[in-house]
Amino acid sequence: MSDNQKMSGGEALVKSLEHEGVDVIFGYPGGAILPVYDPIIDSSIRHILVRHEQGAGHMAEGYAHATGEPGVAMVTSGPGATNIVTPLADAFLDSVPMVCITGQVPFDAIGTDAFQECDTTGITMAITKHNMLVTDAQDIPRAIHEAFHIATTGRPGPVLVDIPKDIVDPTNPRSAMNWYKATDADMELPGYSPNMEGDRELIRQAAELIRDAERPVLYVGGGILKARAAEALMALAEMVQIPVVTTLMARGAFPDSHDLCLGMPGMHGNYTAVTAMQKSDLLISLGARFDDRVTGKLDGFAPTAKIIHVDIDPAELGKVRQYNIGIQGDCRLVIEGLVTAIRELGGPAVQADRSVWRSTVSGWQENFPLTYVQSLPGDKLKPQFVIEQLRDNNPSDTIVASGVGQHQMYASQWWEFNHPYTWVNSGGLGTMGFSIPAAIGAKVGKPDSRVWAIDGDGCFQMTAQELVTATVEKIPIKVALLNNSYLGMVRQWQEMFYEERYSEVYLQERMPDYVKWSEAMGCHAIRVESPEEVAPAIEEANEINDRPVVVEFVTDAGENVFPMVPSGKSNSELVVDPSQQHLLEGGPS
Amino acid sequence: MSADRFHTIVTTVENKPGVLARVAGLFSRRGFNIESLAVAPTDDDKFSRITFTVDVESAPLEQVVKQLNKLINVVEIRELSPDQAISRELMLVTVSVDADNRKELMAVVEDWQAYVLSENPTQIMLSFSARTERLNEFEEILRPFGIAEIQRTGRVALPSLD
Repeated sequence: MSDNQKMSGGEALVKSLEHEGVDVIFGYPGGAILPVYDPIIDSSIRHILVRHEQGAGHMAEGYAHATGEPGVAMVTSGPGATNIVTPLADAFLDSVPMVCITGQVPFDAIGTDAFQECDTTGITMAITKHNMLVTDAQDIPRAIHEAFHIATTGRPGPVLVDIPKDIVDPTNPRSAMNWYKATDADMELPGYSPNMEGDRELIRQAAELIRDAERPVLYVGGGILKARAAEALMALAEMVQIPVVTTLMARGAFPDSHDLCLGMPGMHGNYTAVTAMQKSDLLISLGARFDDRVTGKLDGFAPTAKIIHVDIDPAELGKVRQYNIGIQGDCRLVIEGLVTAIRELGGPAVQADRSVWRSTVSGWQENFPLTYVQSLPGDKLKPQFVIEQLRDNNPSDTIVASGVGQHQMYASQWWEFNHPYTWVNSGGLGTMGFSIPAAIGAKVGKPDSRVWAIDGDGCFQMTAQELVTATVEKIPIKVALLNNSYLGMVRQWQEMFYEERYSEVYLQERMPDYVKWSEAMGCHAIRVESPEEVAPAIEEANEINDRPVVVEFVTDAGENVFPMVPSGKSNSELVVDPSQQHLLEGGPS
Repeated sequence: MSADRFHTIVTTVENKPGVLARVAGLFSRRGFNIESLAVAPTDDDKFSRITFTVDVESAPLEQVVKQLNKLINVVEIRELSPDQAISRELMLVTVSVDADNRKELMAVVEDWQAYVLSENPTQIMLSFSARTERLNEFEEILRPFGIAEIQRTGRVALPSLD
């Protein structure tokens, strides 16, 4: 394997990344990783210097969400590594392919409490798909190849490679190695071989259950996107005419504009999506994991439904909800298998009669659309109105990256997602501050796409410094900052469940001055306070492409996200918008 | 406490630093209770064997096995229900004796087929290997003599051959 070219471990590391097809690294240098930063100067790989290591991690995630390719982050030891812990946990919960390189103190210093030493592999063991400490320079190409292989195959996830300084430092004899291009044959992973194909007999049985179901729902999750299965899903749904709910992680996996699309289920899902699952006799779960935010109180969830559960990760099958048929396999391959099996059983012609179900579902859609009351002249903007205006004044393939909180739910509810890979958000971990760095990463990966970050004021204050990165690196993202001067989602819970006792949720009006702050970071900035200014401001933002733009929308703090399933309650106890509550008297139809 | 609660899982893992921490960390963060655990090399120095006894009332056995399987360094997992496994555990125990009861203890040692490893006028160190339940019984029989120190290994197991 050896090409007999002598080089240092640092050079080999950068060359290995090139060999893996990496075109961009999001990173931040420091003492232990210094020797790797020297060969980066001569590399074809673009390095984006972030302002905080958390930014590097979320950028790598945003890049991966938008492109499907693994995002790469590189940071130093100690605080560099601990600062990227949050993005690793985020990527782990949302199955985002990511490779993180961390510097480590020299091998002989490990365990001595050396300067900027921490047990990085120990700290990140529980929040990575895998991690490794490389101890020999000769192993670097193989370790990097293994890291990319693990991050991108099976259920994707973050992989961390910890590199002691001595094996990359050309002045240290321990860094000497003979270069080789690592291939699959070099990998030493005897315990890792993810299975892709679903069991054919189980697929046939699932096709029978589908054929006989009178009230089926396709419950699709982020796994559809990870498996590049959106087209296969469309073929399946249209063939059997079964309605589709797309979870928060799957927005865009099936177009909202499609007749069969019911939108988002869960705690802030719309009435039809939530209720269709509750009343269903068969949930066909594809790449979803019965998350508590989807199921509500578990023993009240979809009580009459049989379950077909398809997932690449065998541990998801039966973890939360017992299945009738559990199929381990890649979503795309299993869905294609289902389409074939359904056809072999007689196809659309032999499906159970679902006309009553269809009319029930469309009745719900008619009675319980998402709704809000537009603000009166002079009052603050409604956040839903802002999202609607953003939706209507941007192309439908615009990539939207959101933070976490009310604005995230408004964005998921009121944007119309018609394309896969256009929605970038933090679902599982719920990481405030995700949107700006994630939007930057998405824009780097998809430079020709328009990218809007939809952010809240609490989130903005956590990671806004990355707008400096965006300015300096010429990454012209646009930020819609929904500023209600509150931690809105926490405020909503305190209003609804803590007797309006507001504890530590008020962030101060006009503090900071977001326009001045954004301008100081090199952005074009606009403040919008009345409805008629909204569309022109969006237009102005869309015309500027030489720097980031921040549009601050001053929104109504009293607005709450509806519908809502109160925490700990069953999905049958969904609270709809106050204007629709009277329709529920006597219980759901 | 029914014996059926405890199943034995025999895993073959890569012999790499941190593997035991990965396995132990997985058990703790997923809320699985380990009853006992034994780690030892195998005939191939690339691999080690970790044998656990898990309380299947703390978590469904299927989840334990599937989550273990997700660890990259875990190569093979065999689950052995109590009736499929031949299991043994080793005990080292130092028992207090005096001139009066020394003979009585030696009779117990002979009866239970334990071994004397070391002795002085006031103490005798024994080794005893058997099924876990037999170790418990043996411990109870020794208790009246006075147990100065005791260490048990946790059980190891292989599938039975019938």
